[in-house]
Amino acid sequence: MTISREDIEKVAVLARIRLDEEQIPALEKDLGNILSLVDQLSAADTDNVEPLAHPLDAVQRLRADEVTESNQREAFQAIAPATENGLYLVPRVIE
Amino acid sequence: MHKKSVAELSRELESGKISSVELTREFLDRIKAEDGQYNSFITVTEDHSMADAKAADEQRAAGNAGIWTGIPFAHKDIFCTKGVATTAGSKMLANFVPPYDATVTANFRAVGAVCLGKTNMDEFAMGSSNESSFYGPVTNPWGLSNGEKRVPGGSSGGSATAIAARLIPAATATDTGGSIRQPAALCGITGLKPTYGRVSRYGIIAFASSLDQGGTMARTAEDNALMLNVMAGFDPKDSTSADRAVPDYTSILNEPLKGLRVGLPKEYFSDQLSPAMEEQVRNAVKEYERLGAIVKEVSLPHANLAIAAYYVIAPAEASANLSRFDGVRYGYRCENPQDLNDLYTRTRAEGFGGEVKRRILVGTYALSAGYFDAYYLKAQKVRRLIQQDFINAFKEVDVLMSPVSPSPAFVQGEKTSDPVTMYLEDIFTIAVNLAGVPAMSIPAGFVDGLPVGLQIIGNYFEEARLLNAAHQFQQVTDWHQKLPQ
Amino acid sequence: MQWDIVIGLEIHVQLATKTKIFSGSSTTFGAEPNTQASAVDLAMPGTLPVPNEQAFRYAVMFGLAVNADIGRRSVFDRKNYFYPDLPKGYQTTQLDHPIVGPGFVDVDLADGRSKRVRIHHAHLEEDAGKSLHEDVHGMTGIDLNRAGTPLIEIVTEPDMNNAEEAVAFAKKLHSLVSSLGICDGDMSQGSLRFDVNISLKPKGSDTLGTRTETKNLNSFRFMEQAIAHEVERQMDILEDGGRIIQETRLYNGDRDESRSMRSKEEANDYRYFPCPDLLPVVIDDAFIESARVLLPELPDARKARFQEQYGLNDYDAGLLSADARLAAFFEETASHGKDAKLAANWVLGEFSARLNAEDKTVAEAPITGTQLGQLVARIADNTVSSSGGKKVFDALWSGEGGSNGNSGGNDADAIIEAQGLKQVSDTGALEQMVDEVLAGMPDQVAQYQQETDPKKQKKMLGGFMGPLMKASKGQGNPKLFTEILLKKLNG
Repeated sequence: MTISREDIEKVAVLARIRLDEEQIPALEKDLGNILSLVDQLSAADTDNVEPLAHPLDAVQRLRADEVTESNQREAFQAIAPATENGLYLVPRVIE
Repeated sequence: MHKKSVAELSRELESGKISSVELTREFLDRIKAEDGQYNSFITVTEDHSMADAKAADEQRAAGNAGIWTGIPFAHKDIFCTKGVATTAGSKMLANFVPPYDATVTANFRAVGAVCLGKTNMDEFAMGSSNESSFYGPVTNPWGLSNGEKRVPGGSSGGSATAIAARLIPAATATDTGGSIRQPAALCGITGLKPTYGRVSRYGIIAFASSLDQGGTMARTAEDNALMLNVMAGFDPKDSTSADRAVPDYTSILNEPLKGLRVGLPKEYFSDQLSPAMEEQVRNAVKEYERLGAIVKEVSLPHANLAIAAYYVIAPAEASANLSRFDGVRYGYRCENPQDLNDLYTRTRAEGFGGEVKRRILVGTYALSAGYFDAYYLKAQKVRRLIQQDFINAFKEVDVLMSPVSPSPAFVQGEKTSDPVTMYLEDIFTIAVNLAGVPAMSIPAGFVDGLPVGLQIIGNYFEEARLLNAAHQFQQVTDWHQKLPQ
Repeated sequence: MQWDIVIGLEIHVQLATKTKIFSGSSTTFGAEPNTQASAVDLAMPGTLPVPNEQAFRYAVMFGLAVNADIGRRSVFDRKNYFYPDLPKGYQTTQLDHPIVGPGFVDVDLADGRSKRVRIHHAHLEEDAGKSLHEDVHGMTGIDLNRAGTPLIEIVTEPDMNNAEEAVAFAKKLHSLVSSLGICDGDMSQGSLRFDVNISLKPKGSDTLGTRTETKNLNSFRFMEQAIAHEVERQMDILEDGGRIIQETRLYNGDRDESRSMRSKEEANDYRYFPCPDLLPVVIDDAFIESARVLLPELPDARKARFQEQYGLNDYDAGLLSADARLAAFFEETASHGKDAKLAANWVLGEFSARLNAEDKTVAEAPITGTQLGQLVARIADNTVSSSGGKKVFDALWSGEGGSNGNSGGNDADAIIEAQGLKQVSDTGALEQMVDEVLAGMPDQVAQYQQETDPKKQKKMLGGFMGPLMKASKGQGNPKLFTEILLKKLNG
């Protein structure tokens, strides 16, 4: 199974990972091999089979609507790359 | 002391022959002296550990000691430890010091255990050889005497190695596709992956949410049971946590195995297994027959699709779980980002290693428009078929037994040229994660002087039965006590 | 070329729960940046979501109120895209199995028609944080207090055909979620946000045209303007032979301009898949009951009751029943007398006009329903005239009458007394005054009696009122004066 350079570039954009030109050939090979492995799935007969999203047959527990969290801004922002006046900073976003 | 199990050390501490401070000092000194050749630790918390050991001794003096009070151990560097660097083996989190504990971490604190540090691992738990860590590969103690640098297995290679090298008696670990069982097998120690939902995932850095499970590693089944007693339990902070009572996992260790029905999945005894490996595994099974087990062949008809299904589902979930690593709120951030897109794309290109990036790309591809049905949805359907295979098998037998890995510990670099070659290391372990059933790896023999593991797979929430089976085997064999030179 | 306009709305409603949808952080508005952002809200490594029961209860209440099917087994999905106000790099939402299924809302239009707008579905999702683009020296600042606030997104079918219908529906929806108590209804704080999907098709055609989405309209006025603007924009393009590009647009109400939103274009492939950290939510009969008992009287039921109980006409009943607070104020007012129609007139008239002029909500009104009710009773029983009543109203509004209607006090009476506004209704006294005034105006009396045109006659009556009011020092009951005048003049 081959994956095209175009697909790799498109997916890298979706995943927000910068790729350099030199990395593409290796990725074409490696991702191609992985997808060949994965293609084995197509041989399976899955008609009328429900997808399994969770291994346990359980339903969601709901939480009571009570405040349990306090202000921990100082602790959380002590480990942040860039903050000012309590805000997280990123390069200017043009909407 | 360093050769003693947790159970034994606990008795030593209780008898007063040694203090936790002395014990902790001994292990810390061993780590300092020996770990250079293994690289099994990313962070050693000397000061914290000594303080915790002192506190444990004070607890004991006050009459408040339990089994775990003052016992040295370590956490795989995927468990968030408040105030202590938690890296997941990645550059992306090299500077991440969480202001919170994982639930598992808190549990061990509550019982007074003394954490000596954070063990090395494949980056973001993606790997089977511990060669992808940003902090350098881990070297298996087995094979070193021959001058060979072999892999310890992965992703929990650091925990497995540190235990095998007697640097710590026990360590926490995680298993998503075999990451406890395979390194346990390659390092000659005992490891257990519990039923999905048995151990809280809160504070475990997520790789694949529907597959990840925190588990235990030590040298004996009894120690694994003692660990599971601390780790298991319902956690309201984890929606996938099973709301189910926790038994005392040590309580049935000594039950005789007479009448235990054992199934050998024929798909796991195929030509992927070398004759030498197969011989060791079958010998171990014969030992079980001597203990009273009734062995027969069973089938897991869709076992051969497990790897394919896993390498869609796990990367797909991982691709979303790792989107939060963007240089904004914590972790690595590239220098001088020119704009938002540059911030994201360069932070992630520089912060993640090669295997992580490959899996994110595969996962993103599998979820993308046009491919979702053929890949993700298809894989989830196959997953149900695989789960059904186990459900059916457990109608006939109590446990399944199989090899853990197709080969013993291989040499570093041997399988890194093609990702798929590495993925095939997990052919015997991966179906277990897809189904969510519990499984163990116990030392069962040697091939060319390298440890071989036996996998024991149980039905949902039957960890006690697995530990019982493992413990009985360890009463009549001594593979688990073998030391690397 | 004649065009049909096709409009569908997507409304994001912030639920008034105490905590966020997936964490126990407070949702109080206006806190300092990032002081209500927990480890889960910040998407710290290893953190996990746990859904809020009340968010589901509120969603079910909404579903019941719009006659919808309730999703008995709903699932959360991940919608993947990168934006700094979205910490996890995905939004947890519901795609194929939402909590509320198809329903409908009936809307009253100005011309008296009723329009049914179908709800396609409503689902629960988490809100994103806020980006502050004001210059933090060239950077954008991110506040994640809002990240994780529960939203229900309500999606309608494209059933509306003009701006009037769309705005009427939007107002009805606003009134509904406020009445239910599931949303505080404060649009200035962003508690409700409207996205409008608009397309045009040739009149009578069955094929829908390409639609555009205009996002984040947070006032009815802007919605109306934005619709007009977009319809015109599309019409211009289509009539020039061009094609409409399916895109998301932002409307600037102050400048009446719109533009395409670049950032949303790129993130087209959201790669939805079920969230593996959350299990399916099963809603049983007991849960639905627990929501049903919380349903207050809804606007439609209240309107019918107002017509039945108070004898109000359709129009007045509609206006008074739409907003729960106004309705309650009206009922409080009406309870102090027997003339519900008069009470309605005062609430919809003077009271509402004052609120609008001072940009106040009912909750902020400086008078109570009791105070107004007591005043209306005094007008109804002729103690004061309506012009006298206005003076009393002014005084009440300015805070006179210190008891505020509490503890059995009657502030209207106190003011009437203090300002001497009691009108004289003693017919004997009034008759005497009429006799005196008429006696002093013989020419005007003759003119009146010789006039044959009733309309002109009526106007002439006014000429006597002035002297009569003067004679009575403003306290003569004008109605009675008129009656007596007519009696005496017409013989």
